[in-house]
Amino acid sequence: MPDLLIELFSEEIPARMQGRAREDLKKLVTDGLVEAGLTYASAGAFSTPRRLTLTVEGLSAESPTTREERKGPRTDAPEAALEGFLRSTGLTKDQLEARDDKKGQVWFATITKAGRPAAEIVTEVLEATIRNFPWPKSMRWGAGSLRWVRPLHSILCILTDEAGAQTVPLTVEGIASGDSTRGHRFMAPDAFTVTSFDDYAAKLRRAKVMLDSAEREAAIWQEAQNLAFARGWEIVEDKGLLTEVAGLVEWPVPLMGAIEDRFLTLPPEVLQTSMKEHQKFFSARNPKTGRIEGFVTVANIETPDNGETILHGNQKVLAARLSDAAFFWDLDLREAKSGMADWAEGLKSVTFQSKLGSQADRIARIAALAREIAPLVGANPDQAEEAAKIAKLDLRSAMVGEFPELQGTMGRYYALEAGKDAAVADAARDHYSPLGPSDDVPSAPISVAVALADKLDTLTGFWAIDEKPTGSKDPFALRRAALGVIRLVLGSGVRVNLLQQFKLSTGQHVLKALERFGIDALSQEERQRLLAAFGDSEQTMKVLREISASRDTTSEAIDATEAISALLDAASDVNTRFIGLTKVGVSEADLLSFFHDRLKVFLKDQGIRHDIIDAVIAMPGNDDLVLLVNRATALSDVLKTENGTNLLQGLKRAANILAQAEEKDGVEYSFGADPKFAETDQERALFAALATAEPAIKAAVKAEDFPAAMSAIAALRAPIDAFFDAVQINTDHQIVRRNRLNLLSQIRAAGALIADFSKIEG
Amino acid sequence: MTSPKDRPSCFQDVILRLQNYWAGQGCAVLQPYDMEVGAGTFHPATTLRSLGQKPWAAAYVQPSRRPTDGRYGENPNRLQHYYQYQVIIKPSPPNLQDLYLGSLKAIGLDPMIHDVRFVEDDWESPTLGAWGLGWEVWCDGMEVSQFTYFQQVGGHDCRPVSGELTYGLERLAMYVLGVEHVMDMPFNDPNSPIPLTYGDIFLQTEREYSRWNFDQADTEMLFQHFKDAEAECDRILSADDSDSAGRKIPMPHPAYDQAIKASHLFNLLDARGVISVTERQAYIGRVRALAKRCADAFVATPAATGEQIR
Repeated sequence: MPDLLIELFSEEIPARMQGRAREDLKKLVTDGLVEAGLTYASAGAFSTPRRLTLTVEGLSAESPTTREERKGPRTDAPEAALEGFLRSTGLTKDQLEARDDKKGQVWFATITKAGRPAAEIVTEVLEATIRNFPWPKSMRWGAGSLRWVRPLHSILCILTDEAGAQTVPLTVEGIASGDSTRGHRFMAPDAFTVTSFDDYAAKLRRAKVMLDSAEREAAIWQEAQNLAFARGWEIVEDKGLLTEVAGLVEWPVPLMGAIEDRFLTLPPEVLQTSMKEHQKFFSARNPKTGRIEGFVTVANIETPDNGETILHGNQKVLAARLSDAAFFWDLDLREAKSGMADWAEGLKSVTFQSKLGSQADRIARIAALAREIAPLVGANPDQAEEAAKIAKLDLRSAMVGEFPELQGTMGRYYALEAGKDAAVADAARDHYSPLGPSDDVPSAPISVAVALADKLDTLTGFWAIDEKPTGSKDPFALRRAALGVIRLVLGSGVRVNLLQQFKLSTGQHVLKALERFGIDALSQEERQRLLAAFGDSEQTMKVLREISASRDTTSEAIDATEAISALLDAASDVNTRFIGLTKVGVSEADLLSFFHDRLKVFLKDQGIRHDIIDAVIAMPGNDDLVLLVNRATALSDVLKTENGTNLLQGLKRAANILAQAEEKDGVEYSFGADPKFAETDQERALFAALATAEPAIKAAVKAEDFPAAMSAIAALRAPIDAFFDAVQINTDHQIVRRNRLNLLSQIRAAGALIADFSKIEG
Repeated sequence: MTSPKDRPSCFQDVILRLQNYWAGQGCAVLQPYDMEVGAGTFHPATTLRSLGQKPWAAAYVQPSRRPTDGRYGENPNRLQHYYQYQVIIKPSPPNLQDLYLGSLKAIGLDPMIHDVRFVEDDWESPTLGAWGLGWEVWCDGMEVSQFTYFQQVGGHDCRPVSGELTYGLERLAMYVLGVEHVMDMPFNDPNSPIPLTYGDIFLQTEREYSRWNFDQADTEMLFQHFKDAEAECDRILSADDSDSAGRKIPMPHPAYDQAIKASHLFNLLDARGVISVTERQAYIGRVRALAKRCADAFVATPAATGEQIR
């Protein structure tokens, strides 16, 4: 059983691509080997900035011989058919065998494929892997046409068994495989040969290359912490940075330095971001002061002066960077102190989306919407509106211009500097949240109001211009926005009717769009009428016509009148096409169903099945997410009990029998069940149980006490079971049969108060 | 350690060492292009010569102008006029990284004592319709060069591929010489009879150009010049390939001069703040269209194909 070792040695591979490349190399090669009939015991892939390495252990020495039998044409078939068969099998006629088949005599071919040595297979598989490697971005170099992530320099490929190592011959674009590699670019640049993976890894280590990125990560983290500990600091954890830095070095040498005092007044987020983004430094915090006071940079070399020159250089670069940051900070603080009016003005010329206007338009919409949402979440409307108005002003600040990821964080600092209330300033920081599925959800009422308004504005806007996510494409992160709304609503327990909010938000889009179109002379009353009409195409046209007709063409409002006329001319079919909002009034239900899809994904993680959610989505009030989830949770809980599953069976059975009868009879059995026609005790018991359960369910549903509603309906389980056991529905006695069917319809109606049970699987 | 004797003494020493080094590697040491450009890449020795099959190796200093970067000479390392050192070799040799590291040694940066790293940085020039893959080269955490394998220029695939190295000379020299502020950097040997600093030569001009770039440049005139350059470029490229004597002489170089002009005019207008965000893309697109047409015209000429001019 030989072992295979492959190393693809190139110029520096981008750090961010290495992890994926390791996996791809392993998969492509091992899949190829297996497909060719080889087996292996284990495989491992490694990467450094300059090499991708694969070790495959316990590879079979050759692939097995295979025999395949194929049926050909009949022996009396035309010559052409036989020739075709011979071509496809690669055999001659005398190698075929005539056998009796159902249809007569038929040619049979037995194709034997001899086993092949592993080396031959490796050659093919590796060449194909190199030529088809799925780099996210690849390039050509020199005069060649091979594509690799950066120029590929050498290929090491050996098979090792008891007899020793043997180079697997292979040439790709003039690069011939061999059994040698090189060490660290500066510390051990000479070539050396290897005989096995263990030999390779050991020699690399002597040549100052730590092959395993996990080991490099661990070494960096350990040494960084040791350095910090010596100064009484702690390293700010950053897994992403650690992985990236480990992908930038073959021989990590962490070095620690202090940040100059003059920069310590900068916000910690600024220090951290600047050091990370520009320098790939780790931040070191002084737990006594709570400030970021130091850094760790990771060099790729051991030097005679123990890194002194390197550290000195890094410190200088950092000082220059932080000087810039301090300059931006001072500049921004001055603007913040003066009230940020210039920033607000500047955002008028920054496009958010061509059909959805400028960032200033967007802020105005969000502010209006936040005001509406505020009472629902227990926030002061004035404060919510104010917070929305300032929340995005930092987009014009110098600091966010330099570090876009500090948006919001800087907004909070600047809002405080501008003298805003702390809760208002916090909303600037928190209104982008939640960003990821594990991101914290804000709970402060003002933050919640602005965060909801922000996301709803984005969603309704893109729905209005028909830019919805498709497949894997979601360039505006609309799925994330919807999930954000869901988590905000459920997190705060706020009761909102989403459809109503969609309409409000869409209305803001329409108003802003009208302004852009030149209809800014609308009166408050006209605005209200238009807003009320949106969502109904004809009604909107009617209102626009009325507004148009009521205008005195000699008045100052002539521009608006003309604009409205133009609107009417341009948009006789769809009320809003002229302003680019082509889907207003027709997209809200679609947006709600998008929310429902997101909700299913979200609740699935919480153990609630999608069919249960479908069953409650079918109920009224399904745009109230809190109600929806309460209902779904109660239903899910009860269906997890044995009683619940039996109840479900009973309800389904009732519904099925009823549906069949209704189909057959062409009538709907929906009322008139009367206990006096009951013939059995079980029937009477069911009548009695329903008489108790129905009002109890209704009351519980009304009170939104879904667990109570569930237990009320669950009480029907025993009577229903007993009823089905004892009673034959379809008797010859028509009155009794009808009565029983109407009784079943009462069961169906009782179920329908809670959920659409027909949607539940099982 | 680098002994003091090995270390450059001044800015021009850094430049002279690079010139000598790359001359020693067989590059034609060219002179700067005699037009205002934003970067050494705009020199036709790079933009146009990276196209076509004809082998090419050149190195040169290129004075570069970025009007928006003007800081009246006050910022320690931001200038509206600065120098780039540019090396372009086609096809890119297999040992280009080693050659590059040799150039660092030549100016006193010993990779055994410094931390030299190749960090992913893909290069793209929307105005030139060009892109490539490569790195920014870090020395002790500072970006000292841009290293790019050209994949496309002017919308044309580069076959063969050129390797391009760009050094920001002021920043690199400041690092090598241990200078904090660019204006304090010795330009000639500080022991010369008349020692001159970078500031002696450029502080006043930085101030003058900063004022002109930001406040004074006549924008109406610049807009007009942009249109003129665009029109002239188009006219040159639309002209008959053959002259009145019947000689076949297409003129991609004069046309490309107009594209360079348009690009610089756009930069000036940008610095004056008279180009909005949406217009910006449109202007860049217009320059790119010119550069592409120049490239289209160039690839058919002997300088690209390697044929003899007859």
